[in-house]
Amino acid sequence: MSITSRNVKFDWLTIFLFASLVGIGWINIYSASLSDTGSNFVDFSQIYFKQLLWIGLSVVLIIFILALDSKFYERFSSVIYLVSLVSLILVFPLGKEISGATSWYSFGGVSIQPSEFAKAATALALAKFISDIQTNIRTFRDQLKAFVIIALPAIIIVPQPDPGSALVYSAFVFAMYREGMHFVYLLLGFFVAALFIGTLWIGVTWMSLIVVLIAGVLYLRKKKKKGPGLFRYGAIAFACIAFSFSVNYIFNNVFEQRHRDRFNIVLGKETDTQGIGYNTNQSEIAIGSGGWTGKGWTQGTQTKGDFVPEQHTDYIFSTVGEEWGFLGALLVVGLFVALIVRILVLAERQRSQFSRVYGYSVASILFVHFFVNIGMVTGLLPTIGIPLPFFSYGGSSLWGFTILLFIFVRLDGANYYYT
Amino acid sequence: MRKLLLLSVVLISGLVFMGRLFYLQIYDTSFQVLSENNAVKVEYDYPQRGYIFDRNGTLLVSNQPSYDVMVIPKDVKPLDTLEFCNLLKITPEVLKEKLKKARTYSPRLPSVVIPQLTKTEYASLSEKMYKYEGFYIQKRSLRDYQVNHSANVLGYISEVNERIIKKNPYYQMGEIIGTGGVEKQYEEVLRGVKGVKYIQKDRFNREIGTYKNNRFDTLPVRGNDIMLTINAQLQEYGETLMRNKRGGIVALEPATGEILALVAGPNYDPALLVGRERSKNFTKLYYDTIAKPLFDRVLQGEYPPGSPFKALTALIGLQEGVIDLEERISCYGGYNYGGAKKLGCHSHRSPLSMIGGIANSCNSYFATVYRRTIDKYPTPQEGIDNWKSHLSSFGLGQYMGYDLPTGRPGKIPSSKTYNAIYQYPTYRWYTPATISNAIGQGEVLMTPMQMVNFTAAIANRGWYFKPHIIKNIVGADTIPKQYTQKITTTIDPEHFGPVIDGMFDVYNYGTASHLKVKGIEICGKTGTAENYTKIDGVRTQLTDHSVFIAFAPRNNPRIAIAVFIENGYWGSRWAGRIATLMIEKYLHGEITRKDLETFILNGSLQEEYSKPYSGQPFRINQ
Repeated sequence: MSITSRNVKFDWLTIFLFASLVGIGWINIYSASLSDTGSNFVDFSQIYFKQLLWIGLSVVLIIFILALDSKFYERFSSVIYLVSLVSLILVFPLGKEISGATSWYSFGGVSIQPSEFAKAATALALAKFISDIQTNIRTFRDQLKAFVIIALPAIIIVPQPDPGSALVYSAFVFAMYREGMHFVYLLLGFFVAALFIGTLWIGVTWMSLIVVLIAGVLYLRKKKKKGPGLFRYGAIAFACIAFSFSVNYIFNNVFEQRHRDRFNIVLGKETDTQGIGYNTNQSEIAIGSGGWTGKGWTQGTQTKGDFVPEQHTDYIFSTVGEEWGFLGALLVVGLFVALIVRILVLAERQRSQFSRVYGYSVASILFVHFFVNIGMVTGLLPTIGIPLPFFSYGGSSLWGFTILLFIFVRLDGANYYYT
Repeated sequence: MRKLLLLSVVLISGLVFMGRLFYLQIYDTSFQVLSENNAVKVEYDYPQRGYIFDRNGTLLVSNQPSYDVMVIPKDVKPLDTLEFCNLLKITPEVLKEKLKKARTYSPRLPSVVIPQLTKTEYASLSEKMYKYEGFYIQKRSLRDYQVNHSANVLGYISEVNERIIKKNPYYQMGEIIGTGGVEKQYEEVLRGVKGVKYIQKDRFNREIGTYKNNRFDTLPVRGNDIMLTINAQLQEYGETLMRNKRGGIVALEPATGEILALVAGPNYDPALLVGRERSKNFTKLYYDTIAKPLFDRVLQGEYPPGSPFKALTALIGLQEGVIDLEERISCYGGYNYGGAKKLGCHSHRSPLSMIGGIANSCNSYFATVYRRTIDKYPTPQEGIDNWKSHLSSFGLGQYMGYDLPTGRPGKIPSSKTYNAIYQYPTYRWYTPATISNAIGQGEVLMTPMQMVNFTAAIANRGWYFKPHIIKNIVGADTIPKQYTQKITTTIDPEHFGPVIDGMFDVYNYGTASHLKVKGIEICGKTGTAENYTKIDGVRTQLTDHSVFIAFAPRNNPRIAIAVFIENGYWGSRWAGRIATLMIEKYLHGEITRKDLETFILNGSLQEEYSKPYSGQPFRINQ
């Protein structure tokens, strides 16, 4: 099957949203990386020109992805997954260390980050596993297997070290929930997060008191009816308090100081605008100084002065905020929301479970990146270094997300084909 | 339900980000300021302040470079403190203290260590500065006074304070502004407009280029030079005559209203308020609450004018038609108005008509004229208000609108004044209660500037220009319009003749007859004004003020002058002598009456001024 076949119909809205984000992204990378010294546009040492090359090559990549048979991805998902895992492992002996992390392969002047590609591979493997006729995700056994598929790449990535990228793998719970996993897992995750943050915020003593209070109120209100007894309430409360204490212990004894600082800044327990909080503070200033319509393209004073570190990569959104203002930033947020929602809508209409699970995985991964990145740049979340999809500078990142997205576009195209 | 979870999470996140962006970008505007503070540096280019010249083109004020030793604390490396302190002529403790202060202000921004080095200090220091990292010398422009007089006219410049910055956003901390005299009055002319340059900085505070392609940058506009109406020679001469005396001399050119000299005593060298000793000197001048050298007695001193006021009483009487030129009025050693005491007079021929009355300064004559003027109207209230309206047309009892930033309105009483004093209508009051006004005592108060102004109006026979000190703004070649508009008094021109004749007779054979200058016909009027002060809460009379007004020559007057010497006693003793010396100096260029000049130059009233502070009982009018 080729893409010239009149029976194949790609979702042009998704492609349009993708193209808009990449285009707007490049415009902002241009501004963020523009220096007064470079006068020639065609300059291979300039970041914006490199990114333009990556974008050009990604078009070739897209044509290649769309040209392959959609069945290819399902059949070879396991192989792709295994190759990806091997590439993640081999980065330890063979990879190059860039700013403290061994996450890159270096070919000549080009660096490839395998973890960016592993997301698509994992999504394929998970989709393949869940859509297998013998898998029932409601059973604990299969849940465990699915968890292993997801956790393996994450576990390999963490010691690179790249905890941010590893965190992204939690996105798959959304896909699993969609396919029938019990809500309790999400709830549990939510409670764990709430206890974690709560403990750090108000301290272990207050948190324990609150847990006891809530448990007590719930127990008293439920007393008339039949239900779990005092013992079980007590046990859960005890577990919560134990968790709270362990969080306290881990935070103070296992975490490194830089991790603790990042949390403390977001929780407002520390205000250090020069040291560890510098990134967030400068990013907020850049965005905040944009006003309604921004300072204009390449006119951002914060951007020009390089006040925001990593502005062309993880903090690219601060350039949007400064130079295009509230309206520009809102447009970008809107485009992301639209893209993710569009993918969800498409996923829901897939007839094959494989495509649907894959679609959900794509949406979830994009969402986590979007949420964590913009949350960080606007100062709502602690500093977790992950890129903004299609926006941030970096060939691996751009290609990883392009592959991730366009495999789904290809699968969705096949959906039409069969109708 | 399962379909909706991620969808709703995505949508909610979108809304949360929207809210956050709204908060950062729209609601909280502090980020704009923060951004400008850390990314854009503003550099000012200060133009040279305009020069000040006198009416003949003599340079009075120019500029001089001054050198400040600056420090950026974080760049300071260990240094030979002792040697450095020797160079700066300070002790190591002072240096330590200054560095500590600078560091507290900002480790990265420059602070002043030693302000305003002299040229010689700068020369010896500049070649050794390379040894002291973190220190450098910054050039500034200061005023350079070419003359040691006219401090009250020229004013001075000082650093702006927060109040000024709040009122006028043109100024930034550390900039200078004219604070007195013409420096203040013509601040915007002299100052020019500073140029602004915006520079984009990077995160290390390095300059990385222009901001928005210089779109907001402006070039400095040089300040304009100004030419004053002051005659520097006359001004200087006036200040020498005023040595050891308090009061003022003010001279106008009647035909134009131009101020030829404006001398306040005591005065000070304007150079005192420039340079390293500035604040010390200023404090000294500011806290001299007895001699008050910063108090411009010509513009701010409100005094009873005394007898010169009789010229006005005569003019108003003539205008109101209550007195005939030929009518002779008897004087019985004073004017009896029905009180327990009469308004006293000195001994002179009697009875006298108008011209003789002025020449002999007869109190009775003018009390009579004044009383008739008021009593012409049905009630004393109407009479007083009519009298006041005549005086107002001479610029009395109000701010005059001259172009110097200080002044007082003086006082001309109205019916309201007396109604308040006598609690009208519970109690009534009549003209005799105000009779002292006739001879320039009582409730009448004037500044010497107002005295000279009415003198000029008399010299012009009924009109005057607002007194002003600006002769020309170089470059603009104009002066403010209000100084080229003739103001006419309510007195008809024909009434001035007899008053001028009277004033000429004052000089001819009257109270100032011993002040004759060869070849000059002066019309003048002496005044000896009673005054009081409070010593320990007790109202005590002091020696009379010596007052003299004059203009000359009699025909086509070229100078009008008012001299006021505090506690100088007879008008002709101090004020008259000084006035005629000034006139002679101005019209002839040199003084023939050397003895008289020596008397004034060596004469001192310091003993008189110290009397009220001596704590001993003292005698007055000796």
